[in-house]
Amino acid sequence: MKILVCVKQVPDTSGKVAVNPDGTLNRASMQTIINPDDMNAVEAALKLKDELGCKVTVVTMGPPPAEGMLRELMAMGADDGYLVSAREFGGSDTYATSQILAAALDTIGLDDDDIVFCGRQAIDGDTAQVGPQIAEKLHLPQITYAADVKKEGDTLTVKRMLEDGYMTIKAQTPCLITCIKELNTPRYMSVSGVFECYSKPMTVLDYNALKDHPLIDATTIGLKGSPTNILTSFTPPQKGAGQMLEGNDMATCEKLAGILLEKHII
Amino acid sequence: MDFHLSKEHLLVRKMYREFAENEVKPLAEELDEEERFPMETVEKMAKLGMMGIYFPKQYGGAGGDVLSYAMCVEELAKVCGTTAVIVSAHTSLCCAPIFENGTEEQKMKYLPDLLSGRKIGAFGLTEPGAGTDASGQQTTAVKNENGDYVLNGSKCFITNGNVASTFVVFAMTDKSKGNHGITAFIVEKDFPGFSTGKHEKKMGIRGSSTCDLVFEDCVVPKENLLGKEGEGFKIAMKTLDGGRIGIASQALGLAEGAINEAVKYTKERIQFGRRLSQFQNTQFQLADMHTRTQAAQYLVYAAAMKKQNHEDYSMDAAMAKLFAAETASDVTRRAVQLFGGYGYTREYPVERMMRDAKITEIYEGTSEVQRMVVAKYLGVN
Amino acid sequence: MRNEVKLANPNYDSSKIEEFKNVWVFCEQRQGQMMSTSYELISEGRKLADELGVKLCGLLVGDNVGDLAESIGGYGADEVIVCDHPLLKNYTTDAYAKVICDVISEMKPEAFLIGATNIGRDLGPRCAARLHTGLCADCTHLDVDMPIYKDFLRGASTLPEAKIDGMATAKVMGKDHDVSRDLKMTRPAFGGNLMATIICPRFRPSMATVRPGVMKKAAYDEAKAKAVKVTKYDVKLDAADLQTEVVEVVKAAKKLVDLVGADYIVSVGRGISKDVEGGIKLAHELADVLGGVVGGSRVAIDSGWLTADHQVGQTGKTVHPKVYVALGISGSIQHKAGMSESECIIAVNKNDTAPIFEIADYGICGDLFKVTPMLIEAFKAAKASK
Repeated sequence: MKILVCVKQVPDTSGKVAVNPDGTLNRASMQTIINPDDMNAVEAALKLKDELGCKVTVVTMGPPPAEGMLRELMAMGADDGYLVSAREFGGSDTYATSQILAAALDTIGLDDDDIVFCGRQAIDGDTAQVGPQIAEKLHLPQITYAADVKKEGDTLTVKRMLEDGYMTIKAQTPCLITCIKELNTPRYMSVSGVFECYSKPMTVLDYNALKDHPLIDATTIGLKGSPTNILTSFTPPQKGAGQMLEGNDMATCEKLAGILLEKHII
Repeated sequence: MDFHLSKEHLLVRKMYREFAENEVKPLAEELDEEERFPMETVEKMAKLGMMGIYFPKQYGGAGGDVLSYAMCVEELAKVCGTTAVIVSAHTSLCCAPIFENGTEEQKMKYLPDLLSGRKIGAFGLTEPGAGTDASGQQTTAVKNENGDYVLNGSKCFITNGNVASTFVVFAMTDKSKGNHGITAFIVEKDFPGFSTGKHEKKMGIRGSSTCDLVFEDCVVPKENLLGKEGEGFKIAMKTLDGGRIGIASQALGLAEGAINEAVKYTKERIQFGRRLSQFQNTQFQLADMHTRTQAAQYLVYAAAMKKQNHEDYSMDAAMAKLFAAETASDVTRRAVQLFGGYGYTREYPVERMMRDAKITEIYEGTSEVQRMVVAKYLGVN
Repeated sequence: MRNEVKLANPNYDSSKIEEFKNVWVFCEQRQGQMMSTSYELISEGRKLADELGVKLCGLLVGDNVGDLAESIGGYGADEVIVCDHPLLKNYTTDAYAKVICDVISEMKPEAFLIGATNIGRDLGPRCAARLHTGLCADCTHLDVDMPIYKDFLRGASTLPEAKIDGMATAKVMGKDHDVSRDLKMTRPAFGGNLMATIICPRFRPSMATVRPGVMKKAAYDEAKAKAVKVTKYDVKLDAADLQTEVVEVVKAAKKLVDLVGADYIVSVGRGISKDVEGGIKLAHELADVLGGVVGGSRVAIDSGWLTADHQVGQTGKTVHPKVYVALGISGSIQHKAGMSESECIIAVNKNDTAPIFEIADYGICGDLFKVTPMLIEAFKAAKASK
């Protein structure tokens, strides 16, 4: 049994976000972090490893420096890492990304008692689409928004959060689960983990490694394989200096309520 | 000459930093205010290998190196001087002398619990009448009929004293031999005749446990003799050489922490219609503070690397501690000044850092002792 | 196990975009209760269908849910396609995705909107992957008509007029593609620092999940409700199609939201000192209207008016809600350190030189005991009008 965890390196949008004059994100000036929900996915996998002694494999698609993130996850306790990286994969939207990741997971090998964990969504795009789309392409059952995961034999029991409550769902392995922050508190790297992580196995899956997989051809990956295109990207008008509203009567309050409603703030 | 840190060191520093920010910083004010020892933090650090960083895995250590240990104390001290000294005293003053001087049986008996953090260690050298002059030991160890030792006397200002289970303790086995009559022992807190005194109220590092150790006919089995009879003074001095790297790292971290706070604050605070950071005085102050601190870091890291490489690092550790400690006191004091009135209140952490910094000029050899060590190496004695 | 799910229409080809027509909305119900966002989407879908000159259909999936169809008509749908089956009683990804993909493969809508609820965001990507089409997640604005879209950009972006005015095509596979009939799906990215408009030019349907609460619900029209055409779809579903089993569905009591995670925070400070109890009560009422929680400045905590977990600021919590209302808080540097990153700051203070006004988006100079009740009224009315 093994657990495959899909992770993504993302710009840290919690701090100051730098935008280029043309409206695109200035990635170079931003810190990268491991996507927060993905940390919960890794922790979920490591917990099962602590309990069952299974292997934990971390997989990411991204540029070569993303290896550093995989090493960090190995310093937390993951056993090996796969970096899916090729120029041909660039420009992929969620559909094409999930196509490539599905091919990568299939190439690594998905056994009947395996589990795939993903974070619910990445903070750069907030789409929450890649997990379910990998599941569809690998024909796996999916359970999203997992806040609790228990495994007995081949049966997984998952608490799946809804806005107004939750569902308890059972599924058999292999299956794909997307994790939310309520699931757990990610552990830190350990000192020994850090000093061992650079000698753990790291495999790069480039275009050549995946090109013969049935899910991969020129029309299914990269820009060409992406059904969506960006028509425009733009920055919202700068938050100007605040305004003092005139008066302090009912009319003032109604005016404020109107502005907030108009701007979808309330 | 390579001033670049290895990828392991960069990564382990990131780990310490995340841990310090999330787990240590939020408690720092409360530990100081309530003089509370952060046992919960020790348990968390233990899980991550931070209580046995540079010791081999065969004894339960984390398999890191001395530099990664120095970095740990540094990162902890950036946010909490108390937490930093707990790790430093435990590692340098208890684990290290047992690892370096213990028999295989002693190492197998004591190190796994200490290095995994299940037990905390401490070091008993200082006595009311034997501070900087450590040779003036009054505690005695007399062999009984079984060949075991009976200790009598007391130690003071013992860091981790009230929380430790394992102590490396020094006592006179032969007064007539002076320094050569001092012997080291491993003492367990449950040995009959051993007790600890009350918590010492201090100016800084107030969450750290500091107390007296009292020996009243305390019987220490002969297997717990550390090194040979009469080697105690040498073991103590060697141990303190290593300890100085820990305290220098603590001082370094305090200075860095104060700079971080001052940079943040002066960029926000507006006086005379300008941010404080826009005044040249602020800029020059911070530039000086940072330059001194950076110099301290080089000294500390160089000493750590020398120890790691088994070179003679005694003078390097003394210089690192001397310079880092005086830097910490100077930088934290200047940080308080930049904060003005707010800096003097407990609303902001710089006043705590200033109080914490002072001790680094005093314990494990005062700055004057460090100067003596350096002068000796220069041959001017 | 792990067999590909086949579509009901084996000849379905998402790239034959000329075969696709009409706007569809997934009308999500839970336990027979329509989700309010479904009506928002029907209202928005009406606008899009009119811009395209096509029909608007609601897609209603569940067990014995046909009697909800009328209400969907009332908000603007021309037709409701009802998929009833006992296996559709509780939401499961497999059953819902199968039925929806089947009906789409056969009836081919050109646009398909789904509420971005926890269920919609589970279902949408799975369907889009199976149907081989594009999906834009968590949209906050939708357009088809170019002049309307350009007007939207003029208000919501910092793009220069020349760039907006000249917009007509997009580079798609190296060619200029006319975007006039494409659904333009706008959404925030990078935590709202950047907005992007996404199109799905080569495949249909254009799919979007839409953020709940953003689209405006239309007025209910009784006549349209009665006139709606209801079409039953012949659901083909087998227990073996379901790979997951729903053991239970639990409705949770509304849980307390902590300050850090709260979207709306109403904080009180020294200004409530003349009537502490009354001030805190007003803060709670305002927070309830907004759906948020109450916080306080250091003074409010140190004076024992609120417990320490309510404290915002240097020594308290750092918050970044959508709206931060500061009632009677002067705005010391310590307080600002904890809340200046809020998306929208509203300050009420008697003193018009209070530093809080320097960072407030909207300031009202007045007595909080007089202003707050009026704010509560005004916000209540505004929210009711949605």
